[in-house]
Amino acid sequence: MNRLSAAKTLTHKVKKAMPSYVIVEKCDGCKGLDKTACRHICPNDLMVLDKSCMKAYNSEPEMCWECYNCVKMCPKRAIEVRGYADFVPMGAVVTPMRNADSILWTVKFRNGHVKRFKFPTRTTAEGSAVPDGGFGTGSDDLTSATLFTEPASLGLAEVETVKR
Amino acid sequence: MVDFETVEVTTDLLIVGGGMSACGAAVEAAYWAKKNGLKVTLVDKAVMERSGAVAMGLSAINQYIGLRDGQNTVWDYVDYVRKDLMGITREDLVFNVARHVDSSVHLFEKWGLPIWKDKKGAYIHEGRWQLMINGESYKVIVAEAARNALGMENIYERVFIVEPLMDGDRVAGAVGFSVRENKFYVFKAKAVVVAMGGAVHIFRPRSIGEGLGRAWYPPWNSGSSAYFTLRAGAEMTCQEVRFIPVRFKDGYGPVGAWFLLFKSRATNAMGGDYVVEHKDELQKWGEYGSVKPIPTNLRNRLVMLDVMQGKGPISMRTEEAIRRIASAESDGRAAQKKWKALESEAWEDFLDMTISQAILWAATNVQPEEKSSEIAAAEPYFIGSHSGASGAWVSGPEDVAPPEYRWGYVNMATVKGIFCAGDASGASSHKFSSGSHAEGRIAGKSAVRYIVENPQQPKVDMAQVAKLKETILRPLDLYRQHKNETSDPEINPNYIKPKMFMFRLQKIMDEYAGGVSAQFTTNESLLKKGLELLAYLKEDSANLAAKDLHELLRCWENVQRMWQAEAHVRAVLFREETRWPGYYFRADKPALDEQNWKCFVNCRVDPNTGEWEMMKRDIIPLRL
Ligand SMILES: Cc1cc2nc3c(=O)[nH]c(=O)nc-3n(C[C@H](O)[C@H](O)[C@H](O)COP(=O)(O)OP(=O)(O)OC[C@H]3O[C@@H](n4cnc5c(N)ncnc54)[C@H](O)[C@@H]3O)c2cc1C
Ligand code: SF4
Ligand code: SF4
Repeated sequence: MNRLSAAKTLTHKVKKAMPSYVIVEKCDGCKGLDKTACRHICPNDLMVLDKSCMKAYNSEPEMCWECYNCVKMCPKRAIEVRGYADFVPMGAVVTPMRNADSILWTVKFRNGHVKRFKFPTRTTAEGSAVPDGGFGTGSDDLTSATLFTEPASLGLAEVETVKR
Repeated sequence: MVDFETVEVTTDLLIVGGGMSACGAAVEAAYWAKKNGLKVTLVDKAVMERSGAVAMGLSAINQYIGLRDGQNTVWDYVDYVRKDLMGITREDLVFNVARHVDSSVHLFEKWGLPIWKDKKGAYIHEGRWQLMINGESYKVIVAEAARNALGMENIYERVFIVEPLMDGDRVAGAVGFSVRENKFYVFKAKAVVVAMGGAVHIFRPRSIGEGLGRAWYPPWNSGSSAYFTLRAGAEMTCQEVRFIPVRFKDGYGPVGAWFLLFKSRATNAMGGDYVVEHKDELQKWGEYGSVKPIPTNLRNRLVMLDVMQGKGPISMRTEEAIRRIASAESDGRAAQKKWKALESEAWEDFLDMTISQAILWAATNVQPEEKSSEIAAAEPYFIGSHSGASGAWVSGPEDVAPPEYRWGYVNMATVKGIFCAGDASGASSHKFSSGSHAEGRIAGKSAVRYIVENPQQPKVDMAQVAKLKETILRPLDLYRQHKNETSDPEINPNYIKPKMFMFRLQKIMDEYAGGVSAQFTTNESLLKKGLELLAYLKEDSANLAAKDLHELLRCWENVQRMWQAEAHVRAVLFREETRWPGYYFRADKPALDEQNWKCFVNCRVDPNTGEWEMMKRDIIPLRL
């Protein structure tokens, strides 16, 4: 579907969708997945799929925290954020590119200036977090103040207490 | 009535919420439950890997004691919190979190959270208690451990918890609904860990257009914890102790790194430093005025005084701080290199946890080395885990708490079987992300012990459940029944939609309970007027209408906000003094009154009569 015919099939809602917004040409409605990634992840239940045209939109832009979770999650990189129109001057773009262990940010200023930053996000393989963190388990006394990985996870010989 | 399937889930321990404290509860409870053959179930309104206040990430861990390396003692932390909260704190609870919090931080590191380290391998501190992290995936990592501990089959996501189920004075579970399909959930449990965070959008935010959602606190936590415990008849504490953060204006980007790490100053329009110029003001607030660091609310007060005197804007002097740090380097090239590193740290601070602030800086061409940036006080929020204190009144640790603070298992509310952690438990501030996780662990273990020692399954009255189902789904019915009577379903005399209901609440709170437009100031008459208007709102809440599941969610979020609001107004009214002048100012009682009000203000709603009961509770220090 070309851009124009896609735009024609949209409801007015899709077009008003901001501050996180969906680029019509890129969104494929997550058609290969059992649910849309943006709707799955949004902590505020904002992203909705318009089934008539298979495009997602932000259904309540004024309740958006600009947390970027939908942006990071979209497999088609179809979601961007344009700053809140009621206080942010136009023209800035902040774009993440998230990998398994790092995130790359591109910050484009209103005056065209561009900055790039890369930060690590995790030091272990995705999915590998074991509950006891490898500390093993401690006293095994349900009635004590010692939690299951303590005292090893504290790095102390015992949990501090008050002698009353 | 709309056609909703009723889904019954029977479990031993139910954890409601999926944030930092719920993840702590899950990891801990799973271990003890397995040993004792018990089942643990967790319910989150969103998806755990990105839910709650840490959904976007964080750039710092705000509570780390450093016990392993002898950096501080548990008592140092207790002292710090007590002073910051103007003497009103449950030292036993703060002590308990502080002795366990490092354990959670060390687990985060093992699970994969990158914590900044120096060349010798020691954690890099932002301030005395704060550690710098690369925290974009903080919540993803913490939730992963919790999920691995519980197993996905025991986790219900996109289910919104509304009400507790009670069997007399004992909790019997909770009810809620799916926000994805027409399902009404009945969770039957022997104990419930409440961990549904704090509340925002009770007061009118500064931005009310598209930026309405850009509150400092995330728009998805709506006071569910406070509502749940209030409705169960549990005693609540510190409902007057709201939190107002001073942050970069409008984007609400964090200021911690600038103040603590880069040692920046903030100055007013005339170049004056409010901390220096208003130092006499500090003396009005008793012993707390001479405390170092200056208590959060008193620092706020100094900023607010400048603004009220027309000396705004208040600016973070980023350019000054950067110049100072760079000039400490030996030569030009070293200074350049230093600044590159600082610049990246400064931007990461925003990109890890408040991306809007990065957009705002980019949109206004801010180069922090060239120009300063405005800071401002946000609107009030309820977040007992941060620098506020509101939450349920919970039982203290066995080996530490005085008898007055101990009536049951640790972290149990005054209702049997309800355990609270993070924002849900009161009078123990400054837990932040790490302490909330640690407190979740404490509550999780304690709840399992309670179940082992009280193994009988409470009775669930299915007639009560049927009634609750009808009430909870009523907004959908009301909408269907009346929507075709007017040409615009948004405007209809038979019902009120959740958004306008929220705006009505926010207007009342803003104007009568000391919000932004009232310069955070109120008095007895204003508060009483506010209560009168809240009573109408409460009556009208029976006429909330929802066109779909999403709006049904919004309806119940706003009912919960309304209850948090009422608890707040009543507590502010009851406490006849001003104790946290930078959180709210009672113009008719403008001073601290140590003689009469150095105490907790607690409240409770009688589940049978609906009457509010207000009471004082003593402050008992751990060390005399
Ligand atoms: C803007 C901001 C910045 C912060 N910065 C820092 C920092 O730099 N360092 C630091 O250590 N701490 C920081 N904190 C504090 C930290 O985020 C909190 O202390 C911590 O998240 C509290 O944990 P919690 O479990 O009580 O609540 P949350 O983590 O908020 O979790 C609440 C959970 O309850 C769920 N929920 C809510 N209502 C319902 C319902 N009705 N039914 C089912 N589930 C529900 C939510 O989806 C979520 O999973 C910050 C907080 C904020 C708001
Ligand atoms: S930015 Fe966050 S709050 Fe906004 S729509 Fe995306 S996921 Fe939801
Ligand atoms: S995640 Fe991306 S591709 Fe999938 S529905 Fe949302 S916007 Fe479209």
